[in-house]
Amino acid sequence: MNGLQAVFLLAALVSLFSAAMVVSARRMMHAALWLVLTLMGVAVIFVTLQSSFFAVVQILVYVGAIAILIIFSVMLTRRVMEDHGDQILPGWRGAALVVVLLFAVLVGFLALWQGFTALLVELPPEADNLLELGKALVSPQGYVLPFELASVLLVAALIGAITIAVDRKEERGG
Amino acid sequence: MLGNWLYIGIFALVALIMPALTILIAGILSPKRPDPIKNSTYECGVETVGPNWTQIKIQYYVFALVFLIFDVEAVLLFPWAVAYQFLPLYAIIEGVLFLLILVAGFLYAWRKGALEWF
Amino acid sequence: MDFLRDPIGFVIQWYVGWLAGLGLPAVWVDVIAKLTGALVLATGAMLFVVFLIWYERKLIGRIQDRFGPNRVGPWGLLQPVADMLKIFTKEYITPIGADKFAYNLAPILAVAAVLLLWSVLPLSMTVVGTDLNVGLLFLIAVGGLGEMSYILAGWGSNNKYALLGAFRLVAQLISYEVPLVLSALVPVMLAGTLSVTGIVEAQEGVWFIVVAPAAALIFFIASIAEIGRSPFDLIEAESELVAGYNIEYSGLKFGMFFVAEFLHAFTVSLIFATVFLGGWRGPGAEEIPILGFVYLMLKTFVVYFVTILFRGTLPRFRIDQMMNLNWKVLTPLSLALIMAMAIAGGLTRDLPIFWQVMAFVLVNLLLLALTDQIMKIARRKKAKVNLAIGTGQPILTSSTKHGTGE
Repeated sequence: MNGLQAVFLLAALVSLFSAAMVVSARRMMHAALWLVLTLMGVAVIFVTLQSSFFAVVQILVYVGAIAILIIFSVMLTRRVMEDHGDQILPGWRGAALVVVLLFAVLVGFLALWQGFTALLVELPPEADNLLELGKALVSPQGYVLPFELASVLLVAALIGAITIAVDRKEERGG
Repeated sequence: MLGNWLYIGIFALVALIMPALTILIAGILSPKRPDPIKNSTYECGVETVGPNWTQIKIQYYVFALVFLIFDVEAVLLFPWAVAYQFLPLYAIIEGVLFLLILVAGFLYAWRKGALEWF
Repeated sequence: MDFLRDPIGFVIQWYVGWLAGLGLPAVWVDVIAKLTGALVLATGAMLFVVFLIWYERKLIGRIQDRFGPNRVGPWGLLQPVADMLKIFTKEYITPIGADKFAYNLAPILAVAAVLLLWSVLPLSMTVVGTDLNVGLLFLIAVGGLGEMSYILAGWGSNNKYALLGAFRLVAQLISYEVPLVLSALVPVMLAGTLSVTGIVEAQEGVWFIVVAPAAALIFFIASIAEIGRSPFDLIEAESELVAGYNIEYSGLKFGMFFVAEFLHAFTVSLIFATVFLGGWRGPGAEEIPILGFVYLMLKTFVVYFVTILFRGTLPRFRIDQMMNLNWKVLTPLSLALIMAMAIAGGLTRDLPIFWQVMAFVLVNLLLLALTDQIMKIARRKKAKVNLAIGTGQPILTSSTKHGTGE
């Protein structure tokens, strides 16, 4: 086992463990903080895949923005800091069965997927993969449609959130 | 690439350990005389009432959401900005179009009063 | 002679050569060399704070017509050292009901997030922590990690004031990250790379502050807001929040937040000097790398000086004013700036570089003038509304009707 594999294993273990803690932590705030650790672990995994851009984006967007958003929404709720109730749902066996089945189906499909066996294409050493990504994003042969659609999607998310949040604000304050 | 990240990883460890060590050393040097009054939560001289949980107002959430939208947008634009000098004019316009769609959403948020603090 | 031209680079080369001569495997040589570099840089940065505190206190003193520290050592230079020794022996008071882990992790994380910024900044031509190909984005992302430490502090302290202060601070930080990120797109467009070293190299002919003054201004204002300095020091609002997120901290744990703040203030100046003021570039900096380091420090101290001037002269914003400045001035301006610069650059692509730069400058200045005019009109409108409401009454603008408190 070389150093890279050790780092990957460690990051994967930390992510999995903290992901389990997210769903089992008693306090909502703790769950949110464990989620941050999970996301950091994923960022490290991106690093081991030599994808600097996605590692940094993972930290910037997920840890810096989404985690904060989740923490804010936790704080929006009333008095849920202490959760003394039972942590386990009555029908957990059925849920567990569905989850295991779903996981099996997912693994099955991924195993059949051709992309798994595809070899990585080495870029020439002087090429900047970020530059190639930028070119591909706006080239008509590349991803220009998804790129513009992403903008539409973002606007839709913005409008949806405002519709929910601002209406409630007026209800409360006005 | 990995060499760079190895350095950053090492640096992150050092950056975490150093303040931790300093705090630890100071903890050994400093006196420890806790008492219930000293350790009670500070609240302008009176004792705290109720749980220390304040429900924040929804405006925080709205700002966090607008921030998230713009963060994602900037992340999508960074590769475009890197390639900017090699792009033909129509590709530049595509980037501007991307921004314009978002500006429309931003103006909507503005008109709806989502950007007001109160 | 080599030593005189580039002492730091020379020592590094000598050290790595010495390590390699010990007969260790190449991997270990690499790791040990990197560990040493990180240790030296991080220790240096943390000790540098001692000087920064003195510099800032002295300057603020002068601005307020005082002497500043002048008793301990020459010009009071040893005052921060004495303060440091004192804070080392102060008791840690942990509030009852504190979330121990979050409470103790917060000050460490606050310092670590700032220190980590130093790992990708080029200090001279030969002395670079590491040349990451996404360096600029890394700087912004890691700067955002600091927010987590404030949330941990506010949450862990088991105090309402701390919690409120932390959330206010985080709301401010994330809001101002928007113009920060957007204005950072402009130097990336001009340099064609995200690597910080690449951005410095791209400023060989002309600094980016000359090409894009509006972007530099937005970046600078957003940076000041990111470090929470006056006029954006709402987190420190003593009268409202009794110091905010760090109220329950004492001893060196409190000191660590202070260290993080001062170091962050200097680091954002360093980032600004690197991204917009040409970094280590200057006459003769390529032949004699140590000169580059001197230039960089000079530029950084000029920027730092301006932030302290801001701190010493401007009154604190109200929170709604601060949010308005961000969402209604800086963000639209930076959005317009990116679009205008992209189009201007695209249209003037075939012209000589001089005209291209002129087009960029023109677009920037035009947008700044336009923003100024719009702000003036908006202010006049608001003044009229306030007049119409009458005198002696608290002025309720339409925006306050939703106020529900916090």
